[in-house]
Amino acid sequence: MSSPLAYVADPGNPWFSAQYLRDNSGTVLNALREHAELTGQSVLIAAAVAIPLAVAAYWFRRLTGPILAVTGVLYTVPSLALFAFVAPYLGTGTRTVVLGLVLYALLLIIRNTLAGLTQVPAEVRDAAEGMGYGRFGRLLRIDLPLALPGILTGLRLATVSTVALTTVGVLVGHGGLGQLILGGFRNNFYKAEILTGTVLCVLLALVLDLAIAGVGRLLTPWAARRVAA
Amino acid sequence: MNPLEQAFAWVNDPLNWTNPGGILDRLGEHLVISVAAVAIGCLVAWPLGLWLGHARRGGGLVVVLSNISLAIPVIALLTILPLTFLGFGRAPVIVALAVFAVPPLLATAHTGVLQADPEARDAALGMGLSSGQVLRRVELPLAVPYLAAGFRTAAVQVVATAALASFVNGGGLGQIISAGFGLGMAVGGGQILAGGVLVALLALLADLLLAAGERAVTPRPLRRARRGQAGRA
Repeated sequence: MSSPLAYVADPGNPWFSAQYLRDNSGTVLNALREHAELTGQSVLIAAAVAIPLAVAAYWFRRLTGPILAVTGVLYTVPSLALFAFVAPYLGTGTRTVVLGLVLYALLLIIRNTLAGLTQVPAEVRDAAEGMGYGRFGRLLRIDLPLALPGILTGLRLATVSTVALTTVGVLVGHGGLGQLILGGFRNNFYKAEILTGTVLCVLLALVLDLAIAGVGRLLTPWAARRVAA
Repeated sequence: MNPLEQAFAWVNDPLNWTNPGGILDRLGEHLVISVAAVAIGCLVAWPLGLWLGHARRGGGLVVVLSNISLAIPVIALLTILPLTFLGFGRAPVIVALAVFAVPPLLATAHTGVLQADPEARDAALGMGLSSGQVLRRVELPLAVPYLAAGFRTAAVQVVATAALASFVNGGGLGQIISAGFGLGMAVGGGQILAGGVLVALLALLADLLLAAGERAVTPRPLRRARRGQAGRA
Protein backbone atom coordinates (compact mmCIF):
# COMPACT_ATOMS: atom_id res chain seq x y z
CA MET A 1 0.00 0.00 0.00
CA SER A 2 1.70 3.19 -1.10
CA SER A 3 1.29 6.39 0.83
CA PRO A 4 -1.33 8.76 -0.57
CA LEU A 5 1.41 11.33 -0.86
CA ALA A 6 3.61 9.10 -2.98
CA TYR A 7 4.60 10.62 -6.27
CA VAL A 8 2.70 9.06 -9.18
CA ALA A 9 4.63 9.32 -12.41
CA ASP A 10 1.74 9.47 -14.83
CA PRO A 11 -1.75 8.65 -13.66
CA GLY A 12 -2.80 8.44 -17.30
CA ASN A 13 -6.43 8.55 -18.31
CA PRO A 14 -7.70 4.97 -18.33
CA TRP A 15 -11.23 3.99 -19.35
CA PHE A 16 -11.57 1.87 -16.21
CA SER A 17 -10.38 3.16 -12.90
CA ALA A 18 -11.14 1.63 -9.52
CA GLN A 19 -9.44 4.65 -8.01
CA TYR A 20 -12.06 6.90 -9.57
CA LEU A 21 -14.89 4.80 -8.16
CA ARG A 22 -13.32 4.75 -4.69
CA ASP A 23 -12.72 8.50 -4.61
CA ASN A 24 -16.08 9.50 -6.07
CA SER A 25 -18.46 6.85 -4.77
CA GLY A 26 -20.68 9.57 -3.27
CA THR A 27 -21.02 11.50 -6.51
CA VAL A 28 -21.59 8.35 -8.51
CA LEU A 29 -24.24 7.04 -6.14
CA ASN A 30 -26.00 10.40 -6.06
CA ALA A 31 -26.07 10.49 -9.85
CA LEU A 32 -27.38 6.93 -9.95
CA ARG A 33 -30.08 7.74 -7.39
CA GLU A 34 -31.15 10.86 -9.26
CA HIS A 35 -31.25 8.89 -12.49
CA ALA A 36 -33.37 6.11 -10.99
CA GLU A 37 -35.73 8.61 -9.36
CA LEU A 38 -36.21 10.64 -12.54
CA THR A 39 -36.82 7.48 -14.57
CA GLY A 40 -39.18 6.00 -11.99
CA GLN A 41 -41.24 9.18 -11.61
CA SER A 42 -41.46 9.70 -15.36
CA VAL A 43 -42.53 6.15 -16.18
CA LEU A 44 -45.08 6.05 -13.34
CA ILE A 45 -46.64 9.37 -14.33
CA ALA A 46 -46.58 8.36 -18.00
CA ALA A 47 -48.31 5.08 -17.16
CA ALA A 48 -50.92 6.88 -15.03
CA VAL A 49 -51.74 9.11 -18.01
CA ALA A 50 -51.24 6.63 -20.83
CA ILE A 51 -53.24 3.65 -19.60
CA PRO A 52 -56.49 5.63 -19.12
CA LEU A 53 -55.92 7.23 -22.52
CA ALA A 54 -55.47 3.78 -24.06
CA VAL A 55 -58.70 2.66 -22.41
CA ALA A 56 -60.45 5.74 -23.81
CA ALA A 57 -59.08 4.92 -27.26
CA TYR A 58 -60.29 1.34 -26.82
CA TRP A 59 -63.80 2.30 -25.73
CA PHE A 60 -64.34 5.14 -28.14
CA ARG A 61 -63.02 4.19 -31.58
CA ARG A 62 -63.30 7.79 -32.73
CA LEU A 63 -60.67 8.89 -30.19
CA THR A 64 -58.12 6.25 -31.28
CA GLY A 65 -56.85 8.24 -34.27
CA PRO A 66 -56.39 11.59 -32.50
CA ILE A 67 -54.82 10.06 -29.37
CA LEU A 68 -52.29 8.07 -31.39
CA ALA A 69 -51.59 11.04 -33.67
CA VAL A 70 -50.92 13.50 -30.85
CA THR A 71 -48.74 11.12 -28.84
CA GLY A 72 -47.02 10.10 -32.10
CA VAL A 73 -46.04 13.71 -32.72
CA LEU A 74 -44.78 14.05 -29.14
CA TYR A 75 -42.73 10.89 -29.69
CA THR A 76 -41.22 12.15 -32.94
CA VAL A 77 -40.26 15.52 -31.47
CA PRO A 78 -36.69 15.21 -30.16
CA SER A 79 -36.43 15.10 -26.38
CA LEU A 80 -34.04 18.02 -26.49
CA ALA A 81 -36.80 20.07 -28.11
CA LEU A 82 -39.33 18.85 -25.52
CA PHE A 83 -37.01 20.04 -22.75
CA ALA A 84 -36.55 23.33 -24.61
CA PHE A 85 -40.34 23.79 -24.79
CA VAL A 86 -40.80 23.17 -21.10
CA ALA A 87 -37.69 24.83 -19.66
CA PRO A 88 -38.65 28.51 -20.20
CA TYR A 89 -41.83 27.88 -18.18
CA LEU A 90 -40.80 25.39 -15.50
CA GLY A 91 -37.19 26.53 -15.19
CA THR A 92 -34.14 24.32 -14.91
CA GLY A 93 -35.35 21.88 -12.30
CA THR A 94 -36.21 18.21 -12.24
CA ARG A 95 -39.82 19.05 -13.15
CA THR A 96 -38.69 20.01 -16.65
CA VAL A 97 -36.90 16.71 -17.10
CA VAL A 98 -39.79 14.64 -15.78
CA LEU A 99 -42.38 16.41 -17.95
CA GLY A 100 -40.23 16.01 -21.06
CA LEU A 101 -39.68 12.32 -20.37
CA VAL A 102 -43.38 11.74 -19.62
CA LEU A 103 -44.45 13.31 -22.91
CA TYR A 104 -41.97 11.14 -24.72
CA ALA A 105 -42.95 7.85 -23.01
CA LEU A 106 -46.71 8.24 -23.57
CA LEU A 107 -46.83 6.76 -27.07
CA LEU A 108 -44.92 3.57 -26.21
CA ILE A 109 -47.29 2.74 -23.34
CA ILE A 110 -50.47 3.76 -25.15
CA ARG A 111 -49.68 1.85 -28.31
CA ASN A 112 -48.80 -1.37 -26.52
CA THR A 113 -51.69 -1.13 -24.03
CA LEU A 114 -54.10 -0.58 -26.90
CA ALA A 115 -52.60 -3.53 -28.77
CA GLY A 116 -53.11 -5.64 -25.64
CA LEU A 117 -56.70 -4.48 -25.21
CA THR A 118 -57.72 -4.97 -28.83
CA GLN A 119 -56.47 -8.55 -28.85
CA VAL A 120 -58.86 -9.61 -26.08
CA PRO A 121 -60.86 -12.31 -27.90
CA ALA A 122 -64.39 -11.30 -28.89
CA GLU A 123 -65.82 -14.51 -27.35
CA VAL A 124 -64.31 -13.58 -24.00
CA ARG A 125 -65.87 -10.13 -24.18
CA ASP A 126 -69.22 -11.61 -25.17
CA ALA A 127 -69.04 -14.13 -22.36
CA ALA A 128 -68.23 -11.37 -19.85
CA GLU A 129 -71.18 -9.37 -21.08
CA GLY A 130 -73.40 -12.43 -20.86
CA MET A 131 -72.32 -12.93 -17.26
CA GLY A 132 -73.57 -9.45 -16.49
CA TYR A 133 -70.33 -7.50 -16.28
CA GLY A 134 -70.80 -3.77 -16.79
CA ARG A 135 -68.34 -1.62 -18.66
CA PHE A 136 -66.05 -0.95 -15.68
CA GLY A 137 -66.36 -4.41 -14.23
CA ARG A 138 -65.36 -5.91 -17.55
CA LEU A 139 -62.47 -3.49 -17.87
CA LEU A 140 -61.05 -4.25 -14.43
CA ARG A 141 -61.75 -7.98 -14.27
CA ILE A 142 -61.43 -9.06 -17.91
CA ASP A 143 -59.90 -6.57 -20.37
CA LEU A 144 -57.01 -5.12 -18.36
CA PRO A 145 -55.81 -8.47 -16.93
CA LEU A 146 -55.83 -9.98 -20.42
CA ALA A 147 -54.06 -6.90 -21.79
CA LEU A 148 -51.33 -7.13 -19.12
CA PRO A 149 -48.70 -8.60 -21.46
CA GLY A 150 -49.18 -5.64 -23.80
CA ILE A 151 -49.11 -3.12 -20.95
CA LEU A 152 -45.92 -4.68 -19.57
CA THR A 153 -44.27 -4.61 -23.00
CA GLY A 154 -45.10 -0.92 -23.21
CA LEU A 155 -43.75 -0.27 -19.72
CA ARG A 156 -40.52 -2.13 -20.47
CA LEU A 157 -39.94 -0.24 -23.72
CA ALA A 158 -40.78 3.05 -22.03
CA THR A 159 -38.51 2.32 -19.07
CA VAL A 160 -35.51 1.31 -21.14
CA SER A 161 -35.77 4.31 -23.44
CA THR A 162 -36.45 6.65 -20.53
CA VAL A 163 -33.31 5.47 -18.74
CA ALA A 164 -31.29 6.32 -21.85
CA LEU A 165 -33.10 9.62 -22.39
CA THR A 166 -32.79 10.86 -18.81
CA THR A 167 -29.17 11.63 -19.67
CA VAL A 168 -30.42 14.42 -21.95
CA GLY A 169 -31.51 16.15 -18.75
CA VAL A 170 -27.95 17.47 -18.42
CA LEU A 171 -29.30 20.27 -20.57
CA VAL A 172 -31.01 21.64 -17.47
CA GLY A 173 -28.49 20.25 -15.00
CA HIS A 174 -30.49 17.20 -13.92
CA GLY A 175 -29.37 14.35 -16.12
CA GLY A 176 -28.59 11.76 -13.44
CA LEU A 177 -25.79 9.65 -14.81
CA GLY A 178 -25.72 11.99 -17.80
CA GLN A 179 -24.06 14.47 -15.44
CA LEU A 180 -21.17 12.01 -15.08
CA ILE A 181 -20.97 11.34 -18.81
CA LEU A 182 -20.96 14.95 -19.89
CA GLY A 183 -19.15 16.08 -16.75
CA GLY A 184 -16.31 13.72 -17.56
CA PHE A 185 -16.19 15.02 -21.12
CA ARG A 186 -16.00 18.61 -19.93
CA ASN A 187 -13.58 17.75 -17.13
CA ASN A 188 -10.66 17.37 -19.50
CA PHE A 189 -12.06 14.17 -21.08
CA TYR A 190 -11.96 12.10 -17.91
CA LYS A 191 -12.53 8.70 -19.50
CA ALA A 192 -13.21 6.79 -16.28
CA GLU A 193 -16.04 9.16 -15.35
CA ILE A 194 -17.61 8.95 -18.81
CA LEU A 195 -17.49 5.17 -18.92
CA THR A 196 -18.75 4.78 -15.33
CA GLY A 197 -21.82 6.84 -16.23
CA THR A 198 -22.38 4.90 -19.43
CA VAL A 199 -22.01 1.45 -17.91
CA LEU A 200 -24.24 2.27 -14.93
CA CYS A 201 -26.85 3.67 -17.32
CA VAL A 202 -26.95 0.50 -19.41
CA LEU A 203 -26.97 -1.65 -16.26
CA LEU A 204 -29.83 0.37 -14.77
CA ALA A 205 -31.85 -0.12 -17.96
CA LEU A 206 -31.12 -3.85 -17.89
CA VAL A 207 -32.01 -4.24 -14.20
CA LEU A 208 -35.27 -2.29 -14.49
CA ASP A 209 -36.21 -4.20 -17.65
CA LEU A 210 -35.64 -7.55 -15.94
CA ALA A 211 -37.50 -6.36 -12.84
CA ILE A 212 -40.60 -5.40 -14.83
CA ALA A 213 -40.37 -8.63 -16.81
CA GLY A 214 -40.20 -10.53 -13.50
CA VAL A 215 -43.21 -8.71 -12.08
CA GLY A 216 -44.99 -9.47 -15.34
CA ARG A 217 -44.32 -13.19 -14.96
CA LEU A 218 -45.72 -13.12 -11.45
CA LEU A 219 -48.81 -11.23 -12.57
CA THR A 220 -49.51 -13.39 -15.61
CA PRO A 221 -48.78 -16.96 -14.54
CA TRP A 222 -50.98 -18.22 -17.38
CA ALA A 223 -48.65 -16.79 -20.02
CA ALA A 224 -45.64 -18.64 -18.59
CA ARG A 225 -47.64 -21.85 -18.39
CA ARG A 226 -48.67 -21.49 -22.01
CA VAL A 227 -45.07 -21.09 -23.12
CA ALA A 228 -44.02 -24.09 -21.06
CA ALA A 229 -46.79 -26.27 -22.45
CA MET B 1 -42.17 39.60 -22.49
CA ASN B 2 -43.16 35.99 -22.00
CA PRO B 3 -41.01 33.25 -23.55
CA LEU B 4 -43.32 32.86 -26.52
CA GLU B 5 -43.05 36.53 -27.49
CA GLN B 6 -39.31 36.38 -26.95
CA ALA B 7 -39.12 33.37 -29.25
CA PHE B 8 -41.07 35.19 -31.95
CA ALA B 9 -38.82 38.20 -31.61
CA TRP B 10 -35.75 35.99 -31.86
CA VAL B 11 -36.95 34.18 -34.98
CA ASN B 12 -38.00 37.47 -36.55
CA ASP B 13 -34.52 38.94 -36.31
CA PRO B 14 -32.94 38.34 -39.75
CA LEU B 15 -29.45 38.40 -38.26
CA ASN B 16 -30.30 35.32 -36.22
CA TRP B 17 -30.76 33.53 -39.54
CA THR B 18 -27.77 34.78 -41.48
CA ASN B 19 -25.13 35.36 -38.81
CA PRO B 20 -22.25 32.89 -38.54
CA GLY B 21 -23.71 30.21 -36.28
CA GLY B 22 -27.19 31.45 -37.18
CA ILE B 23 -30.15 29.29 -38.08
CA LEU B 24 -29.07 28.71 -41.70
CA ASP B 25 -25.55 27.68 -40.69
CA ARG B 26 -26.84 25.33 -38.02
CA LEU B 27 -29.48 23.88 -40.33
CA GLY B 28 -26.80 23.14 -42.93
CA GLU B 29 -24.62 21.42 -40.32
CA HIS B 30 -27.60 19.49 -39.04
CA LEU B 31 -28.49 18.22 -42.51
CA VAL B 32 -24.91 17.34 -43.47
CA ILE B 33 -24.41 15.35 -40.27
CA SER B 34 -27.77 13.60 -40.62
CA VAL B 35 -27.39 12.68 -44.28
CA ALA B 36 -23.88 11.32 -43.73
CA ALA B 37 -24.99 9.28 -40.71
CA VAL B 38 -27.99 7.79 -42.49
CA ALA B 39 -25.88 7.01 -45.58
CA ILE B 40 -23.30 5.16 -43.50
CA GLY B 41 -26.05 3.34 -41.63
CA CYS B 42 -27.62 2.20 -44.91
CA LEU B 43 -24.29 1.10 -46.37
CA VAL B 44 -23.65 -1.09 -43.35
CA ALA B 45 -27.11 -2.30 -42.41
CA TRP B 46 -28.84 -2.96 -45.71
CA PRO B 47 -26.37 -5.43 -47.28
CA LEU B 48 -25.99 -7.21 -43.96
CA GLY B 49 -29.73 -7.32 -43.25
CA LEU B 50 -30.63 -8.50 -46.75
CA TRP B 51 -27.98 -11.18 -46.64
CA LEU B 52 -28.97 -12.37 -43.17
CA GLY B 53 -32.60 -12.53 -44.26
CA HIS B 54 -31.68 -14.36 -47.46
CA ALA B 55 -29.57 -16.86 -45.55
CA ARG B 56 -32.36 -17.23 -42.94
CA ARG B 57 -29.89 -16.41 -40.20
CA GLY B 58 -29.20 -13.88 -37.51
CA GLY B 59 -32.79 -13.26 -36.37
CA GLY B 60 -31.65 -13.31 -32.75
CA LEU B 61 -28.74 -11.00 -33.45
CA VAL B 62 -31.04 -8.41 -35.02
CA VAL B 63 -33.37 -8.41 -32.01
CA VAL B 64 -30.56 -8.28 -29.45
CA LEU B 65 -28.88 -5.44 -31.32
CA SER B 66 -31.98 -3.27 -31.37
CA ASN B 67 -32.68 -3.96 -27.69
CA ILE B 68 -29.15 -3.06 -26.64
CA SER B 69 -29.10 0.07 -28.77
CA LEU B 70 -32.26 1.23 -27.01
CA ALA B 71 -30.46 1.16 -23.65
CA ILE B 72 -27.30 3.03 -24.69
CA PRO B 73 -27.59 6.80 -24.20
CA VAL B 74 -26.75 8.78 -27.33
CA ILE B 75 -24.71 11.17 -25.21
CA ALA B 76 -22.48 8.29 -24.15
CA LEU B 77 -21.38 7.53 -27.71
CA LEU B 78 -21.13 11.23 -28.53
CA THR B 79 -18.66 11.71 -25.68
CA ILE B 80 -16.78 8.39 -25.97
CA LEU B 81 -16.12 8.31 -29.71
CA PRO B 82 -14.11 11.56 -29.90
CA LEU B 83 -11.70 10.04 -27.38
CA THR B 84 -11.01 7.04 -29.62
CA PHE B 85 -9.00 6.89 -32.85
CA LEU B 86 -11.75 8.89 -34.59
CA GLY B 87 -10.54 12.07 -32.97
CA PHE B 88 -12.52 15.26 -32.51
CA GLY B 89 -14.60 16.96 -35.16
CA ARG B 90 -17.50 15.84 -37.24
CA ALA B 91 -16.48 12.21 -37.80
CA PRO B 92 -17.29 10.92 -34.28
CA VAL B 93 -20.67 12.67 -34.29
CA ILE B 94 -21.59 11.10 -37.62
CA VAL B 95 -20.42 7.66 -36.53
CA ALA B 96 -22.32 7.92 -33.23
CA LEU B 97 -25.55 8.75 -35.03
CA ALA B 98 -24.91 6.06 -37.67
CA VAL B 99 -24.57 3.46 -34.91
CA PHE B 100 -28.11 4.25 -33.75
CA ALA B 101 -29.41 4.22 -37.33
CA VAL B 102 -28.20 0.67 -37.93
CA PRO B 103 -30.63 -1.37 -35.76
CA PRO B 104 -33.89 -0.17 -37.39
CA LEU B 105 -32.36 -0.41 -40.88
CA LEU B 106 -31.03 -3.88 -40.16
CA ALA B 107 -34.26 -5.16 -38.64
CA THR B 108 -36.46 -3.96 -41.50
CA ALA B 109 -34.09 -5.29 -44.19
CA HIS B 110 -34.07 -8.63 -42.39
CA THR B 111 -37.87 -8.91 -42.04
CA GLY B 112 -38.32 -7.48 -45.54
CA VAL B 113 -36.53 -10.44 -47.07
CA LEU B 114 -38.03 -12.96 -44.64
CA GLN B 115 -41.58 -11.93 -45.45
CA ALA B 116 -41.10 -12.34 -49.22
CA ASP B 117 -43.67 -14.83 -50.48
CA PRO B 118 -42.02 -18.28 -50.30
CA GLU B 119 -43.92 -19.32 -53.44
CA ALA B 120 -42.31 -16.46 -55.38
CA ARG B 121 -38.91 -17.66 -54.17
CA ASP B 122 -39.70 -21.24 -55.12
CA ALA B 123 -40.95 -20.18 -58.54
CA ALA B 124 -37.79 -18.14 -59.11
CA LEU B 125 -35.60 -21.06 -58.06
CA GLY B 126 -37.64 -23.35 -60.32
CA MET B 127 -37.05 -20.98 -63.23
CA GLY B 128 -33.35 -21.55 -62.73
CA LEU B 129 -32.37 -18.33 -60.95
CA SER B 130 -29.31 -18.63 -58.80
CA SER B 131 -29.44 -17.85 -55.10
CA GLY B 132 -27.94 -14.41 -55.69
CA GLN B 133 -30.42 -13.69 -58.48
CA VAL B 134 -33.32 -14.66 -56.22
CA LEU B 135 -32.08 -12.15 -53.68
CA ARG B 136 -31.61 -9.37 -56.24
CA ARG B 137 -34.61 -9.92 -58.50
CA VAL B 138 -37.25 -11.37 -56.18
CA GLU B 139 -36.56 -10.78 -52.52
CA LEU B 140 -35.07 -7.30 -52.80
CA PRO B 141 -37.97 -5.80 -54.79
CA LEU B 142 -40.46 -7.43 -52.42
CA ALA B 143 -38.56 -5.99 -49.45
CA VAL B 144 -38.63 -2.41 -50.75
CA PRO B 145 -41.64 -1.26 -48.66
CA TYR B 146 -39.92 -2.57 -45.54
CA LEU B 147 -36.64 -0.91 -46.48
CA ALA B 148 -38.51 2.36 -46.94
CA ALA B 149 -40.22 2.01 -43.55
CA GLY B 150 -36.88 1.34 -41.87
CA PHE B 151 -35.27 4.22 -43.71
CA ARG B 152 -37.95 6.55 -42.43
CA THR B 153 -37.59 5.36 -38.85
CA ALA B 154 -33.81 5.60 -38.95
CA ALA B 155 -33.65 8.95 -40.73
CA VAL B 156 -36.18 10.65 -38.44
CA GLN B 157 -34.35 9.28 -35.44
CA VAL B 158 -31.01 10.54 -36.75
CA VAL B 159 -32.42 14.00 -37.47
CA ALA B 160 -33.82 14.06 -33.94
CA THR B 161 -30.67 12.80 -32.22
CA ALA B 162 -28.42 15.08 -34.25
CA ALA B 163 -29.73 17.85 -31.99
CA LEU B 164 -27.79 16.23 -29.14
CA ALA B 165 -24.51 16.81 -30.96
CA SER B 166 -24.58 20.27 -29.41
CA PHE B 167 -23.59 18.70 -26.07
CA VAL B 168 -20.15 18.01 -27.49
CA ASN B 169 -20.14 21.17 -29.56
CA GLY B 170 -20.75 19.14 -32.71
CA GLY B 171 -22.92 21.69 -34.47
CA GLY B 172 -26.49 21.37 -35.69
CA LEU B 173 -29.68 23.06 -34.61
CA GLY B 174 -29.29 21.84 -31.02
CA GLN B 175 -26.51 24.38 -30.76
CA ILE B 176 -29.12 27.15 -30.77
CA ILE B 177 -30.78 25.62 -27.71
CA SER B 178 -27.55 25.17 -25.77
CA ALA B 179 -26.49 28.71 -26.66
CA GLY B 180 -29.81 29.89 -25.25
CA PHE B 181 -29.14 28.05 -21.99
CA GLY B 182 -25.72 29.65 -21.95
CA LEU B 183 -27.39 33.07 -21.92
CA GLY B 184 -29.55 32.13 -18.95
CA MET B 185 -33.29 31.67 -18.81
CA ALA B 186 -34.21 35.37 -18.56
CA VAL B 187 -32.33 36.41 -21.71
CA GLY B 188 -32.13 33.13 -23.63
CA GLY B 189 -35.61 31.76 -22.90
CA GLY B 190 -36.95 32.87 -26.26
CA GLN B 191 -33.97 31.45 -28.10
CA ILE B 192 -34.32 28.14 -26.26
CA LEU B 193 -37.97 27.91 -27.21
CA ALA B 194 -37.28 28.96 -30.82
CA GLY B 195 -34.48 26.38 -31.09
CA GLY B 196 -36.79 23.71 -29.73
CA VAL B 197 -39.44 24.61 -32.29
CA LEU B 198 -36.91 24.50 -35.14
CA VAL B 199 -35.59 21.09 -34.08
CA ALA B 200 -39.10 19.72 -33.65
CA LEU B 201 -40.26 21.11 -37.01
CA LEU B 202 -37.29 19.60 -38.80
CA ALA B 203 -37.97 16.17 -37.28
CA LEU B 204 -41.68 16.32 -38.08
CA LEU B 205 -40.98 17.55 -41.61
CA ALA B 206 -38.52 14.72 -42.20
CA ASP B 207 -41.11 12.25 -40.91
CA LEU B 208 -43.83 13.65 -43.21
CA LEU B 209 -41.61 13.66 -46.31
CA LEU B 210 -40.33 10.16 -45.70
CA ALA B 211 -43.84 8.92 -44.94
CA ALA B 212 -44.85 10.16 -48.39
CA GLY B 213 -41.82 8.40 -49.86
CA GLU B 214 -42.66 5.23 -48.01
CA ARG B 215 -46.21 5.38 -49.33
CA ALA B 216 -44.99 5.95 -52.89
CA VAL B 217 -42.87 2.80 -52.94
CA THR B 218 -45.44 0.63 -51.15
CA PRO B 219 -47.90 -1.15 -53.46
CA ARG B 220 -51.47 -0.04 -52.79
CA PRO B 221 -52.80 -3.28 -51.22
CA LEU B 222 -49.97 -3.21 -48.69
CA ARG B 223 -50.64 0.36 -47.60
CA ARG B 224 -51.93 0.04 -44.10
CA ALA B 225 -51.44 2.31 -41.15
CA ARG B 226 -48.05 0.77 -40.40
CA ARG B 227 -46.63 3.46 -38.12
CA GLY B 228 -42.88 3.24 -37.91
CA GLN B 229 -41.15 3.28 -34.56
CA ALA B 230 -39.66 6.67 -35.19
CA GLY B 231 -37.57 8.57 -32.74
CA ARG B 232 -35.52 7.80 -29.72
CA ALA B 233 -34.06 11.16 -28.86
